[in-house]
Amino acid sequence: MKCEELLTMLNEYVDGTVDPAICDEFEKHLAGCNPCQVVVDNIRKTITLYKAGQPYELPIKFRKRLHDALREKWKEKHTTPKDKK
Amino acid sequence: MTNQLTPETPDPELVRRAQAGELDAFEMLTTRHEQRVYSLAMRMLRQEQDAEDVTQQTFLSALENLDGFRGEASFSTWLLRIASHAALKVIRKRKGLETVSLEEATEASEHSDSVPHPEYIADWRQSPEQLVQKREIQRLLNEALARLDEKHRLVFLLRDVEGLSIKETADTLGFSEANTKVRLLRARLQLREQLTQTLGDPATQLVRSHHHEH
Repeated sequence: MKCEELLTMLNEYVDGTVDPAICDEFEKHLAGCNPCQVVVDNIRKTITLYKAGQPYELPIKFRKRLHDALREKWKEKHTTPKDKK
Repeated sequence: MTNQLTPETPDPELVRRAQAGELDAFEMLTTRHEQRVYSLAMRMLRQEQDAEDVTQQTFLSALENLDGFRGEASFSTWLLRIASHAALKVIRKRKGLETVSLEEATEASEHSDSVPHPEYIADWRQSPEQLVQKREIQRLLNEALARLDEKHRLVFLLRDVEGLSIKETADTLGFSEANTKVRLLRARLQLREQLTQTLGDPATQLVRSHHHEH
């Protein structure tokens, strides 16, 4: 397997969805190719880093506005209309 | 006698109780998921007012359509899809593309099928666990994300950051699964390239031979 081929199947390998036979080829290549090893490692770390990223905090005023709007909508939805037209 | 709602009450039960008319259950669901929805909206739109509007629309829509939620996907996935659609509407509007799909709007700089070759290859000096503690890291991550082509950023956000499947990501964005996979690969490689330039240890830098075969 060439480095180029490995590159096109990186997704599947990193996500663990690659065909077992191809997986063997992959690992044989990695065992003897330091640059590819490092690239695969970098990618795993990249994904982990983004997944672990801090969420954005809701601005306080917005949060209050949001919950007020939801409560009001809920009341509208759950109030029986006096007359049905 | 009904059970008390607690922070440990799982989503499916909160949903059931909200569908049965308990406002508190719906409020608790909102509190539980609002930050994640807002964060996704901020990362997709990079503008606070738009992100707030999308977040509010998302929960209002969830409220209105709660009866139609059958639990085939998780509640959070359902919310994230509503949020993504709302955010995409904003993106298309920004580009003046109200009736055109994102897929059809090609960007001049994009070479959709080519896979970028890793150029700068080096071990990172620190682990993700260590890096995540650092204040500057968020800025670095956001800048790298902002430099991606939009379609690649959107795929990465939904698939890798939010954990939607390839199919869910493709359906949400209106892309084919094949295109989604290619864009995911490009996004990952481009982010790796950018981050490694800052986080890589130059002492371990490797040069890849282009004719290497095993």
